[in-house]
Amino acid sequence: MITQIEKQWYDESAENEAGHALSPSLRPAGGKPIVRFRSVRKSFGELPVLKGIDLDIYPGEKIALIGPSGSGKTTLGRMLMTLEEPTAGTILIDGEPLWAMEKNGKPVRANEKHLQKMRGKVGMVFQHFHLFPHMSVLKNVTLAPRSVLKLSKEEAEELAVAMLRKVGLEDKLHVYPSQLSGGQKQRVAIARALVMQPKIMVFDEVTSALDPELVGEVLSVIKEIAKEGQMAMLLITHEMEFAREVADRVIFGAEGLIVEEGKPEQIFTNPRSERLQAFLQRFL
Amino acid sequence: MNAPWLDWLPMLLDGTLITIQVALLSAVVSIVLSALAGLGSLSRYAVVRLISRAYVELFRACSLLVLLFWVYFALPFLQIELSKLMAGVLAIGLNIGAYGAEIVRSSVSAVSGGQREAGIALNLSGTQRMLRVILPQAAVRMVPPFGNLMIELLKSTSLVYFITLSDLTYEAMVLRNNYYVWTPYIFGLLLLIYFLISSCISLVSRLLERRLAVWR
Ligand SMILES: Nc1ncnc2c1ncn2[C@@H]1O[C@H](COP(=O)(O)OP(=O)(O)OP(=O)(O)O)[C@@H](O)[C@H]1O
Ligand SMILES: [Mg+2]
Repeated sequence: MITQIEKQWYDESAENEAGHALSPSLRPAGGKPIVRFRSVRKSFGELPVLKGIDLDIYPGEKIALIGPSGSGKTTLGRMLMTLEEPTAGTILIDGEPLWAMEKNGKPVRANEKHLQKMRGKVGMVFQHFHLFPHMSVLKNVTLAPRSVLKLSKEEAEELAVAMLRKVGLEDKLHVYPSQLSGGQKQRVAIARALVMQPKIMVFDEVTSALDPELVGEVLSVIKEIAKEGQMAMLLITHEMEFAREVADRVIFGAEGLIVEEGKPEQIFTNPRSERLQAFLQRFL
Repeated sequence: MNAPWLDWLPMLLDGTLITIQVALLSAVVSIVLSALAGLGSLSRYAVVRLISRAYVELFRACSLLVLLFWVYFALPFLQIELSKLMAGVLAIGLNIGAYGAEIVRSSVSAVSGGQREAGIALNLSGTQRMLRVILPQAAVRMVPPFGNLMIELLKSTSLVYFITLSDLTYEAMVLRNNYYVWTPYIFGLLLLIYFLISSCISLVSRLLERRLAVWR
């Protein structure tokens, strides 16, 4: 977050609601946030990219993160996936700091072991898929369950086949990624991330690298997964129709701050800030 | 008049076996050193990086012949006496390993950062990422330059002649003394034998590449 206008609102709600950054009307009933960003800042060298983000994400919540290019959306997702370290502020997952841990009663920088423990709760799907090109589709999906979750080959394959069926690729088990279309690659990447059953999954512009005619198949797979519920999703996207359809809450960020957030209807039909109005103009 | 091929063959065969022995042993040494120093250059520990870089810079720069002399003639002064074979293997292994380390380093760094990140996103450990994700892809890039390097290694084995290890070149020089008029034939044969061995290396390298790159 937080713009000047919203700063006030935030302070109030923070006081009134025992630290909830989210106004009650937007907050899902019951439960503690699965992810909390607290005054998170990130600079690359001299360049400030995120300038103080406060964001709560609740279990099972689907959040669409929209905003102009360079506003720091990817950086936000990457921090949650431990691919970037915040410059300041705190990210909590399940109430536990992601980038810090306790050692001899003092908070210290997280070590690899702590990060690995925390990573189990987060998954990410990338714009450019990043499938393992030297492994068959099935191996791509079973690698982590076998090496990380220590499942047996049979258990892992059973799980993987079920996931691949869900994304409509059960007939491609023994094919290498180079033989798949972009849309198919991305669906494998989704299955590969899903099979680890994270509590929250980051989707970073997962259709931006696809030919237009392949976008639909990937979005419909994500919609199916969203319907199933339990997993929270942070959907970074330029597909406004999709955001509107899938998201419980839409967040609009610009220049490293959350400028506006709300229910999809409000954001898309009744945007308050000028920045958001101008941004949405471009998608009409 | 016919060249006395049959008189030469036993000696050339002996020499060839020694050359192959030197080549195989120093290939093993150099590949082990390549892996250690190549991966070491990418270590997250500064000390390991420093040692790896120092090794590469030092042994890439020094003349193999001088290194060979040093190992064979100078080390005994430090109470380390190596057989001719071991001296040859060590010198060649150290020198070629320094080049190999660069191949390993650059092939590993050429695997895209996205692969590493995908590994992190799936919660693979650092070792798992290296062994299961990065190295198999890097290996495919390494094979062709390593094939070249091994041919280079084969050719440099002839330097052991200078510490009088009776390799192929040495035997050919002996033959030349005994059959002086046949010098062009003897050295022609010598070239042919080196060519045949290096063809085998090329062949292995190509088969290995095809084998490792089925997924391309
Ligand atoms: N590793 C990095 N080093 C330096 N600058 C970076 C790095 N990663 C991102 N940036 C910069 O941070 C800013 C925000 O980048 P980010 O990728 O988070 O934006 P984004 O909102 O995802 O944009 P887009 O919609 O184009 O994907 C950009 O100005 C970018 O150049
Ligand atoms: Mg981005």
